[in-house]
Amino acid sequence: MITKQSLEINSHIQIAEDTFEVVLQSSLSKELKPGQFVHIQLPGHMLRRPVSIANVNPEAETFTMIFKIFGEGTRNLSKYQAGEFLDVILPCGTHYPIEDLSLEHALLVGGGIGVPPLYYLGTKLKEKGVKVTSVLGFQSASHVFYEEKFQQLGETFIATNDGTYGQKGFVTDIISKLDKPIDYYFSCGPTPMLQAVTSQLADQKGYISLEERMGCGVGTCYACVVPLKADPSKNKKICKDGPVFPANEVNLA
Amino acid sequence: MSLAVTLPGLALKNPVMPASGCFGFGKEYSQFFDLNELGAIIVKAATGEARYGNPTPRVAETSSGMLNAIGLQNPGVDNIIADELPFLSRFDTPVIANIAGSTVEEYVKVAETLNKSNDLSAIELNISCPNVKEGGVQFGTDPELAKEVTYKVKQASNYPVYVKLSPNVTNITTMAKAVVDAGADGLSMINTLTGMQINLKKRAPIIANKTGGLSGPAIKPVAIRMIYEVRQALSDIPIIGMGGIMTAEDVLEFLLAGANAVAVGTANFQNPHACPEIIAELPGILSKYGFESVEEAIGKGHVHG
Repeated sequence: MITKQSLEINSHIQIAEDTFEVVLQSSLSKELKPGQFVHIQLPGHMLRRPVSIANVNPEAETFTMIFKIFGEGTRNLSKYQAGEFLDVILPCGTHYPIEDLSLEHALLVGGGIGVPPLYYLGTKLKEKGVKVTSVLGFQSASHVFYEEKFQQLGETFIATNDGTYGQKGFVTDIISKLDKPIDYYFSCGPTPMLQAVTSQLADQKGYISLEERMGCGVGTCYACVVPLKADPSKNKKICKDGPVFPANEVNLA
Repeated sequence: MSLAVTLPGLALKNPVMPASGCFGFGKEYSQFFDLNELGAIIVKAATGEARYGNPTPRVAETSSGMLNAIGLQNPGVDNIIADELPFLSRFDTPVIANIAGSTVEEYVKVAETLNKSNDLSAIELNISCPNVKEGGVQFGTDPELAKEVTYKVKQASNYPVYVKLSPNVTNITTMAKAVVDAGADGLSMINTLTGMQINLKKRAPIIANKTGGLSGPAIKPVAIRMIYEVRQALSDIPIIGMGGIMTAEDVLEFLLAGANAVAVGTANFQNPHACPEIIAELPGILSKYGFESVEEAIGKGHVHG
């Protein structure tokens, strides 16, 4: 059940340029599912900041989140230290429904700060015995994180926009060279990347996770909506009906 | 310490209610606290047909506030009566429906349709939404149009009608007098102030609608001033005050300015427990400033001369 908690920061470290990994202690950790997010209040800011869940340690009752500095709110969040507390609403939103899917080989496609939720998803897929292939895109070498962790889940390919690490180009350049059969793909990243990936993999079943400026984060304010593919005059709420949607359900145009 | 307030159609156990558009239809926030704790609930605006609102981004954070341009997204009055209002009838908390429209006829139709619901105590007439192309704020900035829509909705509705005023006017008391002359049972004030924020990198307004309604603590002094002025001009009209309330001290300030009850809006987004926390703190704050009841504090901030 969705709850507001004051959570102690167990660790808060920088893992790449402008990118931070935070481990929080919460009794609700074991309820968090891949694809869900938490909504964080920061002093001096009117609106909370949604951050996706990158991993969960149910025994230790902790979860990991990863964020990148985009503006004043995330800059403020980057200055916290272990031992301090954050005001967090959790768990928020829908998850990748892998318990309902029959699959043997999954493709994870992540871009930038869309990479973290795919890591938690990948660990759950591996637990189920699913073969995982990951394609991760970053701006440049200094922004790359979690490569080794993804490699432990399965074959992992990295693309950077400027070619300073891995293959130069976009995740779609790598996907076009993969000829392995996959059952489902799971993608999270900037909207232009999701547009490219969903059109490239139009004949594959998949799920995507979206982000948008949010108000309440719990489904009341209608700030974060996405039009439906079947009827773009209608929409769904990203914070409550999403952030995970079947790839063919929403209109990213 | 009595927190109770009685207004037309509304026997409130305390003066604090969530503001329209900031609480949906209550279901989501009922996960966080017992809605019986609230004085009342003002639900999201209803229009004649379902509306899906404006393109995104629809919100932007500002200094001490936020801009929104949702565009009155709602499932339409019939679906609200069938699917949303029955959930709220289980609570011992009066429900106020907010109605909006593009034409006088649409406002009247929504008001007539809401007569079919047994789950309501009053209506808030939204003549002040700044975020839709037609209707909304034009009714709230032209006294003659405001008078006409108020009169016709009042004729059509079985419920007491509180008219929600726009702050985007030169003279708020002219608007208040116009709708009171037309039969308004009470006023609800203020709606958001039209604003804009520009993204420096993109060289474009952040909100897709370009302009949005500014809410939050940034607008509280405007709300206090407008309520004070209307209370000076109209000593008896019930006023539900709103605009940036975050704390029980803020509630007292609205009462002193002349509000009979208050609505909490943007604060719900920051803290889902905002309303019950404010209600819990209110007796202590009233007592700290020498009041024995909410009723006693209403209008006591006015100095003469």
